[in-house]
Amino acid sequence: MAKLILSMDGLVLKEISLSKERTTIGRKPHNDIQIDNLAVSGEHAVIVSILNDSFLEDLGSTNGTLVNGQSVKKHFLQNNDVIELGKYKLKYINEAPAQTKAADFEKTMILRPGAMKAMTPPPAVSAPTPVTHAAKPVAQSTPAPKSFGDTMVNQGALAASPGVAAGAPHHTVAPVVLPQPAPTKRGALQILSGASAGRSLDLTKPLTTLGKPGVQVAVITRRPHGFFITHVEGASLPIVNGKTLDTQAHALNDHDIIELAGVKMEFFLKT
Amino acid sequence: MNLSDALEIASATDPGMVRSHNEDSIASDVSKGLVVLADGMGGYNAGEVASGMATTVITTELQHLIEETPPYTVIESTGKTMAENILRDQIAKANTSIYQASQSQPQYSGMGTTLVVALFYDNKLAVAHIGDSRLYRQRGDAFKQVTKDHSLLQEQIDAGILTPEQAKLSANKNLVTRALGIDPAVEPEIHEYDAVPGDIYLLCSDGLCDMVSDEDISMALQTLGANLKLCAHQLVQMANDNGGRDNVSVILVRVKQEFTARRGFVSKLAGWFK
Repeated sequence: MAKLILSMDGLVLKEISLSKERTTIGRKPHNDIQIDNLAVSGEHAVIVSILNDSFLEDLGSTNGTLVNGQSVKKHFLQNNDVIELGKYKLKYINEAPAQTKAADFEKTMILRPGAMKAMTPPPAVSAPTPVTHAAKPVAQSTPAPKSFGDTMVNQGALAASPGVAAGAPHHTVAPVVLPQPAPTKRGALQILSGASAGRSLDLTKPLTTLGKPGVQVAVITRRPHGFFITHVEGASLPIVNGKTLDTQAHALNDHDIIELAGVKMEFFLKT
Repeated sequence: MNLSDALEIASATDPGMVRSHNEDSIASDVSKGLVVLADGMGGYNAGEVASGMATTVITTELQHLIEETPPYTVIESTGKTMAENILRDQIAKANTSIYQASQSQPQYSGMGTTLVVALFYDNKLAVAHIGDSRLYRQRGDAFKQVTKDHSLLQEQIDAGILTPEQAKLSANKNLVTRALGIDPAVEPEIHEYDAVPGDIYLLCSDGLCDMVSDEDISMALQTLGANLKLCAHQLVQMANDNGGRDNVSVILVRVKQEFTARRGFVSKLAGWFK
């Protein structure tokens, strides 16, 4: 579960876990996180948590709310974000599970409505003003299921985590930043013969096709551990260093000579 | 009608780099124009059982059903095509089979599966899906996600809580709101589209689209469309090169030429004597 670490002047004051659907922050005592400082408004901000995601919203505070130094009205919190209210800092911690447990954690669950019904619909974080929150539960904007939907669709899908009926574990993936940068060295081709002799071509894309469509085409794929050439279409196969390839992918080495559709080119790695 | 001349199909499925077994299941029949992909969920081997049952039940009998009544036939009482009816019935059967197995056998308790099915007929395709397995279309330069996931994130996007870009950063990627076999009945989402020669359709489990960006998927389809088998393997390889956190399955369908259904008495007669 995600948590906040409250600190002032580098001194840690408190750790708060975001177990509630709405965690309010403000100067008045009824707030979940009370910060008794005049720079903090009575009702300053709220954090809405939907399962593993949390959203921060400034409730029209006098002095505003900063996230990572930027003034925000609404913000989708990411791990290690720092929220500032006056002199106070709240660090948001939502760590991905340990690698060894990742496979279990990532298994897909089915959201079932039964377990969710008792819950109140969550506020729409995107609603224009806080006032409309209660009147505009998110579930209403989900199209009503036609016939069987009531048992299948989780209309209250946006409720807090205790409502997730652990259905069947399934395999899905934790957040991955797309696309991952390939750690490969840069590769390039130098055309040695034919009309474009002397030209060179950087292999920056994951896939680079060579040749003439309908005649002979090969593809060079850029992978984390190097560059590979594979035959795509045409009656003849590419030739590397004088040897004709089969239809399998072939790893390219620095200074390999490729012959394709009558054109010779040299593959080399840039440093 | 045999669609082998009009369609080309290639597929690949792989456990990925992290998981020990593959809970995805795929099936295709090029002559009938049918492709099915299911991504199972459930403990031990139950996920495989559920996805396997889904693909088997849906493909079985389909041949018979299509021959009995052509998919383009419009049913007067409902205004729906036979294609949609057949898909709906087959999905309902699969749902019942999986649900009953999970109710009667403790080791299968709670199993279920996502599903995406496409049935090609008469220059069209009917697409049914449940959960977060997807169908994409590459037409010329345009790459389009045709199905919309039944998932928490999609609901949040629809409700305006998240943008699609923010959804990629969400920690709630693993929650589907519909699945096959977890309740006595299920409502599949079914739509029909026109198919045009040159189109490439991609059916995939979330193991592909969570690991590989749309741009890279589209690039593979455009550059390797001439060699569909290689393209399928390339997509799996890209998912694995990016970490392969999940099982990854892809089915590719390329429309080679038009496949207008032969209607009318003479062509039917010709069909009988073939």
